Amino acid sequence: MSFDNAYESLLGGEDAHWAFGTGFSEALSGVNREFPAGVDREALAAYCLMLGDDALIFSQRLSEWCSRAPELEEDIALANIALDLLGQARMLLTRAGEVLGRDEDALAYLRDEREFRNVHLAEIDCGPGPGGDFAATIARLLVFSSWRLALFSRLRGSADPVLAAIAEKGLKELAYHRDHAAQWTVRLGDGTDESHRRMQAGLERVWPFVDELFATHAVEVTLTGVAVDPASLRSEVDGVLEAVLNAAGLTRPTDTRAARVAGMAGRDGVHTEAMGYLLAEMQHLHRSLPGAVW
Amino acid sequence: MTTALEVASAVRDPELPVLTLADLGVLRDVAEEDGRVVVTITPTYSGCPAIDEMGADLRRSLVGAGYPDVEVRLSLSPAWTTDWISEEGRSKLAAAGIAPPSRIGPTVAGPVPLNLVPPSRQVACPQCGSLNTSEISRFGSTACKALRRCHACAEPFEHVKEI
Repeated sequence: MSFDNAYESLLGGEDAHWAFGTGFSEALSGVNREFPAGVDREALAAYCLMLGDDALIFSQRLSEWCSRAPELEEDIALANIALDLLGQARMLLTRAGEVLGRDEDALAYLRDEREFRNVHLAEIDCGPGPGGDFAATIARLLVFSSWRLALFSRLRGSADPVLAAIAEKGLKELAYHRDHAAQWTVRLGDGTDESHRRMQAGLERVWPFVDELFATHAVEVTLTGVAVDPASLRSEVDGVLEAVLNAAGLTRPTDTRAARVAGMAGRDGVHTEAMGYLLAEMQHLHRSLPGAVW
Repeated sequence: MTTALEVASAVRDPELPVLTLADLGVLRDVAEEDGRVVVTITPTYSGCPAIDEMGADLRRSLVGAGYPDVEVRLSLSPAWTTDWISEEGRSKLAAAGIAPPSRIGPTVAGPVPLNLVPPSRQVACPQCGSLNTSEISRFGSTACKALRRCHACAEPFEHVKEI
């Protein structure tokens, strides 16, 4: 063994001993993944992509804040939330991949923009770069986690046992994310004039993307009993958001509907301008060095 | 020869090494099927990066103890809860300066209630036992911990957060 490189001595044998690198086994290894009888597998895969892409793309956005948040504790918080969502994404993409014949990495790194099925709320740029703000990221986290928590709460009863198990697991994580965002919203909204102004501006930034969250897609209609109709979540989520905004002394924005393209949006693979830049950064390494391991 | 259950139960958690996987409640089952040892574990959090390391450690320990054929299976449901951390595990955590989680009881069906202020549950300082402690950060060095401080002895400490 050479000692020129300290890592050589560490990396001998199986690298799964280390919590980094490429030794990770697939996300659903060992889970019973039989498909329930009578379920449209193509539709199930499409649905898993929708929920998986929401988590993957928002996880990427949250990761961008690492080392850029207003305080160290928030670097850790947003990175931890991103990690939970990445875990949910890995399981959902693996489930989709069983039907599509592609693994989670191929789905994350080798699909083009039109093949992603995430809602626009997950992809828009709320910072930390120019024009963004921590308050806008908190506003997005509040809306996203309130909506996904309500969705996962119902998904626990899905006829697909894998989706039901992923939802049962993710539910606790999402409840913690929502509480975190709600507590920040109250702190900023009910804080100084400046923090109030920026929290209100953050809400105005994300609110046009709210309606899309509750629009029923054809796939969700096909999968009755397996998928959750997002339209059925609206009153619960509205109630939660109203309680938070009232406690924070903030005003609910009125602009809830961003433009669609010929009636299509994220669930149809039609994305905003920000998506291409996000994918370029997320996929660049894997595409430049196909098959790279480390 | 030590039984496969005993070997698997003694494997330590990679991130909380004062606990065994059995103490932590992630070791769900150890069974022998046709000469093969099948170990079932459950992740603490969906994105827990330690889950593969746990599997590798289990496999290595069992092979070392004379069980060459090992399969590690993942179970997602029922979802892990901190209520599964054993009494012994809670004592070990406190002795290591990490406040153990309180008991939260079973998950209820229906909408999850919103907490607009951090829960006011009292967490005793693992150093001096004072209940006069407060939260510094809702997230810590690993997915399962938060950071608190004690106002009596002024020590910061980690707390395994309830899920």
